[in-house]
Amino acid sequence: MNPLQKLAYYVVRFFTGLPGALADFFSGMGRGIVRLVKGTGQALGRYFGGFAKGDLITKGSYFVMGLGHFTRGQVVKGVIYLVLEVLFILYMVLFGGTYLGKFFYGFFSGGTVGNVPTQDFWNEEEGIYEKIAGDNSFKIILYGVLTFLVILFFLMLYFRSVAESRENEATVKAGRRCPGFRQDLKDLTDKKFHLVLLLLPMIGLLMFTVIPLITMILIAFTNYDASTEVPQHLFSWVGLANFGDILGGNSAMSGTFLRVLGWTLVWAFFATFTNYFGGMVLALLINQKIVKWKKLFRTVFVATIAVPQFVSLLIMSKMLTYGDSLEMSGIIVQLFHNLFGVDLKFGVDIMTTRIAIIVVNMWIGVPYSMLICSGILMNIPQELYESSRIDGAGPVKTFFSITLPYMLFVTGPYLITQFIGNINNFNVIYLLSGGAPGDLLRYTDGAKSTDLLITWLYQLSLGVNRNYKLASVIGILVFVISAVFSLMVYNNSSAVQKEDEFQ
Amino acid sequence: MDKKKTGSLKAARTTASAVTHVVLTALGILWLIPLFYLIVQSFRAEPGAWSSTFFPKTWTLDNYRRLFFETQFVQWYLNTLLVAVISCAITTIFVLMVSYAFSRIRFKARKPMMNVMLILGMFPGFMSMTAVYFLLKILLPNHFQSLASLIIVYSAGAALSYYVAKGFFDTVPKTLDEAARLDGATNAQIFWKIILPLSKPIIIYTILISFIAPWCDYIFVSFIMSGVNDTSMYTVSLGMYKWLEREMIQQYFTTFCAAAVVVAVPITALFMWLQRYYVEGITGGSVKG
Repeated sequence: MNPLQKLAYYVVRFFTGLPGALADFFSGMGRGIVRLVKGTGQALGRYFGGFAKGDLITKGSYFVMGLGHFTRGQVVKGVIYLVLEVLFILYMVLFGGTYLGKFFYGFFSGGTVGNVPTQDFWNEEEGIYEKIAGDNSFKIILYGVLTFLVILFFLMLYFRSVAESRENEATVKAGRRCPGFRQDLKDLTDKKFHLVLLLLPMIGLLMFTVIPLITMILIAFTNYDASTEVPQHLFSWVGLANFGDILGGNSAMSGTFLRVLGWTLVWAFFATFTNYFGGMVLALLINQKIVKWKKLFRTVFVATIAVPQFVSLLIMSKMLTYGDSLEMSGIIVQLFHNLFGVDLKFGVDIMTTRIAIIVVNMWIGVPYSMLICSGILMNIPQELYESSRIDGAGPVKTFFSITLPYMLFVTGPYLITQFIGNINNFNVIYLLSGGAPGDLLRYTDGAKSTDLLITWLYQLSLGVNRNYKLASVIGILVFVISAVFSLMVYNNSSAVQKEDEFQ
Repeated sequence: MDKKKTGSLKAARTTASAVTHVVLTALGILWLIPLFYLIVQSFRAEPGAWSSTFFPKTWTLDNYRRLFFETQFVQWYLNTLLVAVISCAITTIFVLMVSYAFSRIRFKARKPMMNVMLILGMFPGFMSMTAVYFLLKILLPNHFQSLASLIIVYSAGAALSYYVAKGFFDTVPKTLDEAARLDGATNAQIFWKIILPLSKPIIIYTILISFIAPWCDYIFVSFIMSGVNDTSMYTVSLGMYKWLEREMIQQYFTTFCAAAVVVAVPITALFMWLQRYYVEGITGGSVKG
């Protein structure tokens, strides 16, 4: 096969692999669900069976958590369980229950989130209207999600305590002592050390990633935007209406979405490949035996990675500014005008802006892939080159028949990761063009012609065009795109499948 | 005859070498021009945003004097440094803990947790910010637009970026653990006394990445601080971005350049100094095909 056919083969394999990967994913998910159902069934069997067989204390521990612990020598643990149960009940009665109720108030009927609107109230004495705060729909969803998680964790804790209680009964019946608190603490440094390691990071993740993320996913199923801003208004559940709008129901909006999506994919493709091949060529140039001062050259190029992006991109955007007159324009625009007589209409002409962005991105990204490619190039077995030299292959042939295939093979997963990274590359677009130029005829909802989905999402989250529901829908769609491409990496990369074989 | 051949080969080699060097030098110059422009502009005495010449007509240090004594730049710099140091410490500790647990300890919830985290990572990180903003408002009612919020935003989700460090731990031979276990060491002791001392490259990589992040971030800080008029709370990226907005740029462009130099020099130096670890990290983490 010649290199082009090979490349085509890789591309074809990528796309033909897609259905297989999806099938694997869903069958894996199916197996997972089956296992979950089975496991739950068994656990419930043990749960009820244990209740029927257990003695009075064990039966009691089904209602009073910790009873089976402190009556059997595990005082501290029992007290902790009991306190947690009391706290949970207090949480549900005083707080969670209300929010859960309000969460479900309009959930199935497509009604409002919460039921008490904020009202104006005429204050006779002062002679002014006062606001009486009603429900805050956003808070209700946020606290609703929190309450769900609290319930979930409590249930896990509860089943664990009941299971331990049954074990304790068996231990005592066998005439042995239950392990004390000291033993539990000791376990935390050894058998259960992962609990210590994971506790804080997972709390952080739950609080500031999981809960907010689930909340925002739910927002995609409401009509929350600037016109229903909380706490002045209540917003409503609307089901899949937003997805219907963006995928065709609302032609202006779905047209905008398709345009932004199209540019996002085109951008991600060109950004990934220009950087990758640019980096490879640069690495090949620098790593030649004849090159002196390799380190110096490498340092020169790496300087652009080392400089914080907002500095290098902002200065670039100012060098490229196309102003009202030549004197009000950036130095590069002036240079192009004076040298070539070309007006570089950056931020005014769509095509110019897009090309310029991709070129500037090479300035930022080529050194990065040069670093990665250098590392891999050094790992290509030298025998391959020697045998090809004996066969009389020239440098070009060697590149296409050895270097390129090897690089593509090794960096396949990296390429896809980069592609996903570029779909979400906020900095380059926002700091360079800010999405400009705008085009009000073809773009609605605050999107502009060089906006990526992620910069559009940003625009929709604050400012004049804020539209939280649309932002959430876009976020979910970005997830779907990323997930499809990630599946390729996940299923193809041996790093996941053969995790243990490295050792 | 033989001599001639080697001679022409030599000549061809010299030409190839010359061409390569010329190309590389040209590319290198091209690559450095924008940064060079930034530096020379920071010494420009003429006011205004736009100049028609690459080099200033009159050179001055006044922009730096102005930067340090007439703007809030020093305050922003200290803010960013504080946020960077604290969130870097938290992030590094979190990442090491999570990656060690996932790499070395086998427990029931391990695979499900890793899968969930994989899925979480596929959502755009910015998507949840509206809810995070609300949450911070509830947790820190009077200070939700503060440096503390920024530290939380930068470091709370650190667990999600465990991949590179886990990849590193995976390559540390398991026989080490087993030997220690035979001597009666617990998991905690193995972590502290055996694995961590061996992990210098990955620790430095994680520190480098998480320290630089707050200096380069614009999206999160601009969202958290949106509508804040008290500019003393800004970080460098936010404050400097404002200098380039339409109303300010004529007055502040050269100051921006000076500030950019002051920000970029230490970060660049740090990066160059620890470059080896950075390269090991990115190549190790991304190409385990």
